[in-house]
Amino acid sequence: MSKVQNLDEILDRFGPHLHDAPADGWLADRKIDRVVPTHCPYCGVQCGINLLVENEKVVGFEPRYDFPVNEGRLCPKGVTAYLQIHHPDRLMHPLIKRNGHFEQASWDEALDLVVSKFKEIQAKYGKDSIGVYSGSSLTTEKTYLAGKFARVGLGTRFVDYNGRLCMVSAAAGNNKAFGIDRAANPWDDIPLAEVLILAGTNCAETFPVLNKYLWQQRDNGGTWIIVDPRETATARQGDIHLQLKPGTDVAVANGMLNVILREGLIDENFIAAHTNDWDATRGAIEKYTPDVASQISGVPAAKIEAAGLLYGRAKTGMIMHARGIEHHTNGVDNVLSYINIVLATGKIGDPGRGYGTITGQGNGQGGREQGQKADQLPGQRSINDPEARKYVCEVWGLPEEELPQAGISIVEMFQKMREGEIKGFISFCNNGMVSLPDINNIRRSLEGLEFNVNIDFLLSESSRYADVILPGTSWAEDDGVTASSEARVVKINKAIDPVGDSREDWWILQEIARRMGRGKYFNFKSAGEIFDEMRVASKGGKADYYGITYEKINRQNGVVWPCPTEESTGTPRLFNDKKFYHPDGKARFHPIEYKGPNEVPDDEYPMILTSGRVVYQYLSGNQTRRIGFLVQQCPEPYVEIHPETAVKMKIVDGERVKVVSRRGEGVFPALIVKTIRPDTIFIPYHWGEQLAVNQLTNPALDPTSKIPEYKACAARIEKIHSRELPLLGKGRQGASLSEVRRGK
Amino acid sequence: MQETMFIDPQRCIGCRSCVAACRECSTHKGYSMIFVDYIDRAETTATMPTVCMHCVEPTCALVCPADAIKQNEDGVVMSALKPRCLDCRNCVNACPFGVPKYNSEMHLQMKCDMCFDRTSEGLKPMCASVCPTGAITFGKYEEVVPLRRTKPVNVHVFGNQKVETKVYMMLPTNYDFVTVNGPVTFEPRSATDRPAGAEPESWIDTQVEETDKSNEF
Repeated sequence: MSKVQNLDEILDRFGPHLHDAPADGWLADRKIDRVVPTHCPYCGVQCGINLLVENEKVVGFEPRYDFPVNEGRLCPKGVTAYLQIHHPDRLMHPLIKRNGHFEQASWDEALDLVVSKFKEIQAKYGKDSIGVYSGSSLTTEKTYLAGKFARVGLGTRFVDYNGRLCMVSAAAGNNKAFGIDRAANPWDDIPLAEVLILAGTNCAETFPVLNKYLWQQRDNGGTWIIVDPRETATARQGDIHLQLKPGTDVAVANGMLNVILREGLIDENFIAAHTNDWDATRGAIEKYTPDVASQISGVPAAKIEAAGLLYGRAKTGMIMHARGIEHHTNGVDNVLSYINIVLATGKIGDPGRGYGTITGQGNGQGGREQGQKADQLPGQRSINDPEARKYVCEVWGLPEEELPQAGISIVEMFQKMREGEIKGFISFCNNGMVSLPDINNIRRSLEGLEFNVNIDFLLSESSRYADVILPGTSWAEDDGVTASSEARVVKINKAIDPVGDSREDWWILQEIARRMGRGKYFNFKSAGEIFDEMRVASKGGKADYYGITYEKINRQNGVVWPCPTEESTGTPRLFNDKKFYHPDGKARFHPIEYKGPNEVPDDEYPMILTSGRVVYQYLSGNQTRRIGFLVQQCPEPYVEIHPETAVKMKIVDGERVKVVSRRGEGVFPALIVKTIRPDTIFIPYHWGEQLAVNQLTNPALDPTSKIPEYKACAARIEKIHSRELPLLGKGRQGASLSEVRRGK
Repeated sequence: MQETMFIDPQRCIGCRSCVAACRECSTHKGYSMIFVDYIDRAETTATMPTVCMHCVEPTCALVCPADAIKQNEDGVVMSALKPRCLDCRNCVNACPFGVPKYNSEMHLQMKCDMCFDRTSEGLKPMCASVCPTGAITFGKYEEVVPLRRTKPVNVHVFGNQKVETKVYMMLPTNYDFVTVNGPVTFEPRSATDRPAGAEPESWIDTQVEETDKSNEF
């Protein structure tokens, strides 16, 4: 019942419209009433930023020089972030879809409808017929409440979060190898490392402010090894670029370790004292000589050799990776193959010697700690662990038999919607119609639901399919914490009251739970009260927040968990004592064999399609595709094609071409660049509708982490003989293709 | 020594954070005085920010018939004085770096004044505050240069004109000056190097010119 019937009307009312000025325009002389120190809403660096408030409106920002991570620095998304707070597209009232039109409603009306429908569906089909889909751009308080809301408020086992599309391969790999899911070293360690291996991370565009540390390392004489199929800005600035075929990361990592092993650069003492399973791993590595690795990956053997020697011979070194190696059906294998290098050389647990994952979302780390993952309870506890279930139920005052068992990943939940097992759905802080793979199938899932509720502060491509939309708040209108990519828990400070009739997401979830008759478990009056319960719920878990308080965060400029006691100042570097989090205190090697991506090129689909990000857009773009400055810099996605391929197909720069995979197709302007491999094409992913690369991507999942394979599928390019040029910046009016087409 | 700016193109990641932040300056609120170029996107992801270089003998001031462009005591070249500016745009056309902009609403030349409102209060200019990589850095010569492995250069040769600037370029070379239109220090691209019929510049370069690089707003 949730088809989109009136797209034109929706676009007119809710955008995305381009907007590019403070609420009352660009005024020169302002009387700022207060300056609120907080953090940027976007990526996992969680840069400090000061918001300027005048007449209860956020009208600008000021660099927050005193926050030690970014010291005032911001990327263009951060600089323009405040423009989303009073954006004309903001959702100001609850909306109920009637006869295909979204009509304004009161909170009581909308919430009562949600509750009556949820009750009806659960009475008919059982508790598990409702799915809850949350996100990691929320504060940790909200992510904690999301898990509790699903399991206690609705009693469904089907809850998962959008970190499933982001970090889970890293999380699973870290848990397998180290017994804990967290970057091992603080960023302050980066400048101390002689060599950095940056695998599958275009951090120049996706984590811009991390470059502060990278260049400090370079100024100290350090070198970078970059593993990426594209010569990104990061790769251009590095020393050795291993420009591999997408999906062949295991071969490259094993190849480097093979060189390290051959040259005797492994740390035998460390391996013997602090690790398990080396012998099997050593056996697996022996066949990945640089030549073999080169044949698989397309990287010259000499470069693999040089990279192995550079890292192996260095006294200090760090390996960091991101989505490039994680978004694969063998994402966990890719992660483990790099961790094998870390462990074999013993470069862990010391200043300048370490390992880290680069999270994507602002709260990518915190969002996977406190119980909104399908299989997780607060504190990074497993929901399958009887002890953990008992403890958390005690904290919640919940009879243990009422706590549902583990759920399934979000991609599998959408499958269950199509199969009719999940009938009702509530989503917040995500936009599956842009960010999930194979969105044509995602649309079918949403259209088949009996009842669909969405919470957002800007109406997204996914919200359009909802029956009820509840207006949440922006990041400037609520308190809470997030954990940055180095597991530093920072405090988001409320700058202004919720705009219009919008309410904090935690208030909305709690209100639904109360009206479902579960009010006794949901008595929070503020985010701070949720935080206090969460501290107790996480106590004794791996992600132990018990000793963290808002006050301590402010005093220390953040607290890095685990922080188990009131005296503890946190744990910036893990494994200082070479003790790992498995029961025997040892880290584990994993013998990894190269398997390759789920779909490889063939005659029909001869190219490898990979997807990724641009610096001007954040994730599904629901926030950033409305900000004039950002849209001007990158108005629409394009397909990067190497000149060799372009010449063969007689494609000229800027020409629109059709890109086709087994799942869908899209039309994109060709950006002909030598910075990509001739066998590979690249499309950035932040757009929906006909501009979505996720019409084409492969929904095949990693068997362990259930992450989809966004980074490699088979595709072909077709000429469409279109003379239509890209939607150039200056003359451009609309923010979406549909708007531009309609001449808006 | 006074604080000044250091531009290191090698570090630039092309994020245009500086361009966005420049709009927050209260003397030209909403308008940026900075642009960031793709050097040649077809070849490389390299990008390059252009801010006012604050010439020791500013060409913009030399060509101004009304003497509207002044330097302050620190050598910072200020925007045109409103009562004097004749609306002639000589400065916009003459600047060898292409920096000054013409505000057609106010009939006034505007340019970077190194965030005079901020620096006079001991704050760093906006662009140098936000730049993620240090491609634009504000500080004292003796504090910034020893930390870098690049060479500070502040003499630029444009054909017959030699321009000394307050702002330094940080270069990974031994050159004592930056030469434009002189001996070429990079290999020009051959015609066969590009697909037949391709435009001389990537459309994404053109797009930036359409948006950021207009010298009029």
